[in-house]
Amino acid sequence: MMLTPDEWTAVLLSLKVAFWATVWSLPIAIAVAFLLARTNFPGKGLFDGLIYMPLVLPKVVVGYLLLIALGARGFIGQYLAEWFGIKLIFTTAGATVAAAVVSFPLTVNAIRLALEAVDRGLETAARTLGANRVDVFCTITLPLMMPGILSGALLAIASALGEFGATITFVSNVEGQTRTIPLAIYSATHMPDGDAMAARLVAVSVVLAFAALLLSNLVDRRVRILIGRT
Amino acid sequence: MIEIDIRIERSSFRLESAFVAPGAGVTALFGRSGAGKTTIIQAVAGVVRPAAGRIVVDGETYFDLERGIDLPIEARRVGYVFQDSRLFPHFSVEKNLRYGERRARGTPFVGFAQVVDLLGIGHLLKRRPHTLSGGERQRVAIGRALLAQPRILLMDEPLAALDEARKLDILPYIERLRDEMRLPVFYVSHSIDEVLRLSDHVVALADGRQVAAGPVSEVMSRPDILPVVGRFDLGTILDCVVARHDPDYGLSTLSFAGGELRVPLVDVKPGAPMRARVRSRDVALALARPEDVSVTNRIPAQVSDIRRIEGPYTDVELAIGASCLHAMVTLESVERLRLAVGMEVWALVKSVAVDSRAASFSAADSPSAPA
Repeated sequence: MMLTPDEWTAVLLSLKVAFWATVWSLPIAIAVAFLLARTNFPGKGLFDGLIYMPLVLPKVVVGYLLLIALGARGFIGQYLAEWFGIKLIFTTAGATVAAAVVSFPLTVNAIRLALEAVDRGLETAARTLGANRVDVFCTITLPLMMPGILSGALLAIASALGEFGATITFVSNVEGQTRTIPLAIYSATHMPDGDAMAARLVAVSVVLAFAALLLSNLVDRRVRILIGRT
Repeated sequence: MIEIDIRIERSSFRLESAFVAPGAGVTALFGRSGAGKTTIIQAVAGVVRPAAGRIVVDGETYFDLERGIDLPIEARRVGYVFQDSRLFPHFSVEKNLRYGERRARGTPFVGFAQVVDLLGIGHLLKRRPHTLSGGERQRVAIGRALLAQPRILLMDEPLAALDEARKLDILPYIERLRDEMRLPVFYVSHSIDEVLRLSDHVVALADGRQVAAGPVSEVMSRPDILPVVGRFDLGTILDCVVARHDPDYGLSTLSFAGGELRVPLVDVKPGAPMRARVRSRDVALALARPEDVSVTNRIPAQVSDIRRIEGPYTDVELAIGASCLHAMVTLESVERLRLAVGMEVWALVKSVAVDSRAASFSAADSPSAPA
């Protein structure tokens, strides 16, 4: 099966967006999961709700809110442009942000569950052996959370690959910039002879999803053996 | 020297304990579950914060409410052996052992090879914790704690999760550790046998209250530790020396200050010290030396105290030379025999009552004096 150059552009763009969305959101998701699982602070309930908002809101609404906040004249967006020269509208960076925001609750949830499953007794044991809190987190907690982090990352990639509503609302459908596979399929179905293109992109989506699942199963098994949870 | 003087308050639990333990040897924290034994070592480790008081180990103040001192766990340098071993599942046995070693501060007093040899875990180094048996896991956990070069070793019922046979496998390792390292050990246990076998000093606890603290044979012989051991297990600990064996009858003679005790054969060389436990309910009294009874041990004694315990039970304290022996008899018997302090009587102890479970070995040649 051969893809046209336009289709290749959409596939590569999707992979790029999914990759960067995941890379950027993972560390933040780990930090947020830690806050939610291990700490108590005033307004935690509100914070918790805010984190999970993108999961329950219509994606178009998420995209619209992003537009209001991060658009060229948005209350954050104008300073991004003014101070850092960052422009999100109609750009790949914007598509990445949309994908990251939409997948964020899924990632946080997977990591939070993994964190809650880590035996606190092991952390206490590590501290009696002379490790401080940061040391314990890096050498005990983080490695034992690995399966959860990996499944969080897979969810992030899968959700980013499939992101449509927030992307098209926030950064529109610009070829080579924001037209990821779902947006390209959407465009193809609007073209008079786009059926073949849509079919090919759908096939690519299926292959990508399947490959991601297989890879994650494989990695998960290796990691579980590494941390002694077989 | 270790000074503990703490009060701990939790929603449904209150603990008060104050004692001074020697800077070497094993101090047993003894009591039933829920007595507060584990809470005390958690406070020493810094896992639990006392509401008041102070904890000083080997000259270093771990906690002092008035002076505002509360060292974080990792600064206290305690070796903590947990009931459930808590080995790190993602590390090999060797990496588990090295974890504390790499983070140890101060001058090391024990090396990797020595610990591996002491605990017999050399063949396990490459293995993963989940492939080890329960006994092996506990030996590795002890090694890991030792290699952190601790000031004090805290052992929280390290044998509780093991079956009887495994317990007997591990006890000798703990005895070696006690005898070869000059390291104070707090050993939490609800087993009288373990306490007698391992410790020199004991703190007896019941319901968050410290009932008694002191040398093992003294504390464990006191009738007022009734709430800790229960009426069934009240008794006397006699510090004995194995005098001779009589293989024909399968008996051993133990001598203690003031008398001798014939017991079923013990596996200890003559001349070696050991502790024998005689339960109070296994001691009967007679006014004259009875000739026509099967009881082997007929020991002349003098009544030194008579105390009601509860219900029909009465504790009669007997002086036998420099030693002391407790007998539990009914109030009715006390009155029928007209027992009174100062009376000469005969204490009758069935040999078979002092069985191998009750006779425990003290490997410490000279039990260290309590401070």
